[in-house]
Amino acid sequence: MTHDHVISAKSLSRADIETVLDRAAEIDRSPPDRDRHADDLLALCFFEPSTRTHMSFETAIKRLGGDALDMGPVESSSATKGESLADTVRVVEGYADALVLRHPSEGAAQMASEFVDIPLINAGDGAGQHPTQTLLDLYTMREAAGDLADLTVGIMGDLKYGRTVHSLAYALTKFDARQHFVSPESLSLPRSVRYDLHESGARLKEHTDLDAVIEELDVLYVTRIQRERFPDENEYRQIAGEYRIDAATLEDAREECVVMHPLPRVDEIAPDVDATQHAHYFEQAHNAVPVRMALLDLLLSEDDR
Amino acid sequence: MNERDESEDTGDGESSEESAHELRISKIRNGTVIDHIAGGHAPDVLAILGIDSATDEVVSVGMNVPSDRLGYKDVVKIEGRELSQDEVEVISLVAPAASINIIREYDVIEKNRVERPSTVEGVLSCPNRNCITTADEPVATRFEVLDDGVRCLYCGTIIRRRLTDHIDV
Repeated sequence: MTHDHVISAKSLSRADIETVLDRAAEIDRSPPDRDRHADDLLALCFFEPSTRTHMSFETAIKRLGGDALDMGPVESSSATKGESLADTVRVVEGYADALVLRHPSEGAAQMASEFVDIPLINAGDGAGQHPTQTLLDLYTMREAAGDLADLTVGIMGDLKYGRTVHSLAYALTKFDARQHFVSPESLSLPRSVRYDLHESGARLKEHTDLDAVIEELDVLYVTRIQRERFPDENEYRQIAGEYRIDAATLEDAREECVVMHPLPRVDEIAPDVDATQHAHYFEQAHNAVPVRMALLDLLLSEDDR
Repeated sequence: MNERDESEDTGDGESSEESAHELRISKIRNGTVIDHIAGGHAPDVLAILGIDSATDEVVSVGMNVPSDRLGYKDVVKIEGRELSQDEVEVISLVAPAASINIIREYDVIEKNRVERPSTVEGVLSCPNRNCITTADEPVATRFEVLDDGVRCLYCGTIIRRRLTDHIDV
């Protein structure tokens, strides 16, 4: 790894990503000694709710022999007394060897990283980035498809506010994937992400209808359309319904097409997909542990820093 | 070289003879002349400098003055104020062809073309209300300068138009 902080998928090189994925595969095959990081403490500072990211980071550090220091719910933290994020992370830096941060504001992880010397991992900053989700997404794709080269990936749902989408798109561009973005126009990619993708030579197309591309896809990555993005309940219901898939939708897909979702899902993937060979989203969630173990192992190993 | 020379013989073919007959803005004794602002953009420069109707500074503004180089140009003269590097860098974003002339006792003691910086810090505010720089944190805004706008280095938001709406001075 060339970065002590993991802030954005944009700043991870293809080699960085492959290093983490290779280490994750090693860990999957042969779990490391339980005392490998026995002296390491990982601070978990979550200013927003989280189940999977929070629990998988905690599992990862514990399986490496270390321990987690959880800030707890934001309601019981010093943030309620008006403490700045900059002060919070400077205090936590004195307690832990690395820090995982989730925060509702875009740019929070970048700013916080400027105040600490221990590795800081962005676990989601508003509608910005979620780079470790991307690492486990890519790991899942590589395990399922065998290789990240020459993939055709469809990404559907809330592309505007979906931080997992933004990070994934940056990373897929580094692997020269063909990317098809499927969303209602009101939730299409933000201008800044589209700008970056074009600047880095991404092969991308945007669509409003999945039918236009489903037959081509190696991977279909579905994300949740959030109720709060729409002022009107009826409009939400109508649009969300158009971006819902079920087993019948996938009849047109390639047999080996991998369906993924960062979870939680609401009803954008019908339960009847779960039993098909396409469903990889629970495996994807489970892959969070070896991938985050690999990342922590690399960041916390002095030889690699 | 006196201040009249610098503002009237700008090196782009405008003759001092013609300018002498058409002089519209008085000379200043000490301060800054910002010349070769593209026609119509003087108000943007004034906004960057925090000069509005409430100012008590002595300011002269020429707009749509004929210019060989620009067709029409604007000129701003500010008595008693020499611009900081930070101010000049932001001016470059709205007036990339501008020249900055520092005047002391009617003489031009320094004349520089503006240069677009790679980043600007602490002058613009991010229009994304959910950007961490809009929260109560001890951090100055930083924007990367693009060919056709600027981009927040924290949240990635791009500003292409109406840059002066986002000046925080």
